[in-house]
Amino acid sequence: MPETYIARSSAIAARLLAGEMMVMNSADSTFFTLNDVATAIWQAADGKTPLHEIVLNKVCEQFDIDPGQAQSDAEQFVTELSEHGILLVSDHPLISETAR
Amino acid sequence: MSLMAEMGQKAFDLGAPIAVHLDVTYRCNERCVHCYLDHDDHGEMTTTEIKRVLDELAEAGVFFLTFSGGEVFMRRDFFELLEHARRLLFNVKVKTNAVMIGEAEAAKLRALNIDSIQISVYSHRAAVHDAITKLPHSFERTIKAVRFLRDQGLRVSIANVLMTANLHDHYGVQKLAAELGVHYTLDPTITPMMDGDMSVLALRVPGEELEEVFKNPALVPNQEEFCAPPKSPTAEDLEGYPCSAGHSFCYISPYGDVFPCVQFPLPTGNVRRQKFVDIWNHSPQMNEVRSIQAKDLSVCSSCSHVASCSRCPGLAFMEGNMRGPSTADCEKSFYRTGMPTANMQRQGLSKLGGSRPRTMAPLVQIQPVGIPA
Repeated sequence: MPETYIARSSAIAARLLAGEMMVMNSADSTFFTLNDVATAIWQAADGKTPLHEIVLNKVCEQFDIDPGQAQSDAEQFVTELSEHGILLVSDHPLISETAR
Repeated sequence: MSLMAEMGQKAFDLGAPIAVHLDVTYRCNERCVHCYLDHDDHGEMTTTEIKRVLDELAEAGVFFLTFSGGEVFMRRDFFELLEHARRLLFNVKVKTNAVMIGEAEAAKLRALNIDSIQISVYSHRAAVHDAITKLPHSFERTIKAVRFLRDQGLRVSIANVLMTANLHDHYGVQKLAAELGVHYTLDPTITPMMDGDMSVLALRVPGEELEEVFKNPALVPNQEEFCAPPKSPTAEDLEGYPCSAGHSFCYISPYGDVFPCVQFPLPTGNVRRQKFVDIWNHSPQMNEVRSIQAKDLSVCSSCSHVASCSRCPGLAFMEGNMRGPSTADCEKSFYRTGMPTANMQRQGLSKLGGSRPRTMAPLVQIQPVGIPA
C-alpha cells in the first residue's frame, strides 16, 4: 500500500488560539478550526513524514488513541482538508509550501 | 454566530490580540482633503524592524493583519514585507489607493494569497474623485487597478468615504462597484487630524443627510432592525465593553507606536523599545482602555441607546474623555432611530445640527445622481 504524504498549502492563513488552530483558505475564505488532535496532524504536515508515522508519533503517543481508529480518523480529516485546498496530499514526498 | 465570529468572541474574552492594523508609512501620493495624517516621514520603521514586529505579532497569536498607510506602495520594500507576513501565515488585508498597481503588481498580490484588498474610491466621477485626492488622473489609474486585481481573482472591495464633498455620489460609486464586480462599503466617518486639528470635521456629512443613507435599503438591508427605537439596556448590556479596541485588536504606526485603534490616539508603548506582547499585556493605558464597561461611561451609561450605539471610544477620547460620548455617534444613533441621546438631552437638544462648523464648501459642484435601478 503506498504511503500518504501531506503538506500545508501556501494559500492558507493559520494561527493557534488557546489550543484551537484557526485555518483560512484565502482562495474562497473558508474558515476552519481544528481540535488538538487535528492541529497535531496539521502541524506535522511537512510533506516528508508519511501520514502513518505522524499518526503513530504525534497522535497515538500524545493523545492515547487506538492506532487503527486514529489512522482512519486521520485519513478522513486529510481527505476533507485536501478537498478544501488546505492540505496537499500525495503518494510521494512533497515540498512544504509554508513555515510551521 | 459564524465560526469566525465565535473565534473573534473567544479572542475578545481571552484578551488575545487576534487582529492588528499596521500602517507601514504615512507617506502618500494623494493628498485627500479629509485625511487625518501628516504625510512626512518622521523616521519610519526599517524593513528589518517591521519584519521583527511581524515575527512578534505572529508569536503573540495575531491572525488578521491589515497593511495600510499612507499609501503602502510608497514603500519600495512593501512586497518584501508582504512576503514575510504570508510566510508567517497571517491572513492579510491590504488597504491602498491602488494608483501604483499595474498588471504585474496585481499578479504578485495574487501569488501571495492575500485575503483581500480594499481600495478608496470617492466618486464615480473622475473630476470629483480627483478633486478629493488632489492627484490628477487618480480615478482613471485606480479604476484600472481595480480591474487588474479583479481579473486576478482577488477579493476587491471599494471603500467609499462619505463627506460633504461627495455627498450624493455614493449611489454612483455603488453602481460602479457592481459594474466592476467588486464589493462596496460606505463609511461616513471623518476623523480629526492626528495632531488634534479638528478642521477636517467640517467635511463630516450633516446628520440629517445621514438619515437618507440609513434609510437606503441598498446600503442597509435590515432597515427595520437597524432603525428600530433602542431597547432598554439590560444588566448584561451595562457590563459590556464598547468595541474590540485594546481587547482583541490594536494599531501600530509606521514609527512603532502602539495604540488601541487607528482612531484612538492614546499611546500605549513602542515596539522599537518594547516587545509587542509586553505592551499588549502590561501597558497601563491598554489595561485602562480594556477595563471600561458601558456602566462606567459618564453620560452614555444613562442613555437609552447604550446597548445599540456605535459609540467609538477613540472618537470620544479625541473629544476629551474616553469615557464620554462621541458626538458623531450620538448623531448616528439619533438619525438612525429618531430618538434623542442622553448627550443631546444633557445639552438641551431634541435635534442636532446648527452648532457644528459647516464652513467648507463642496470642492466641485456636485449634482445628485439618479438611484440605480
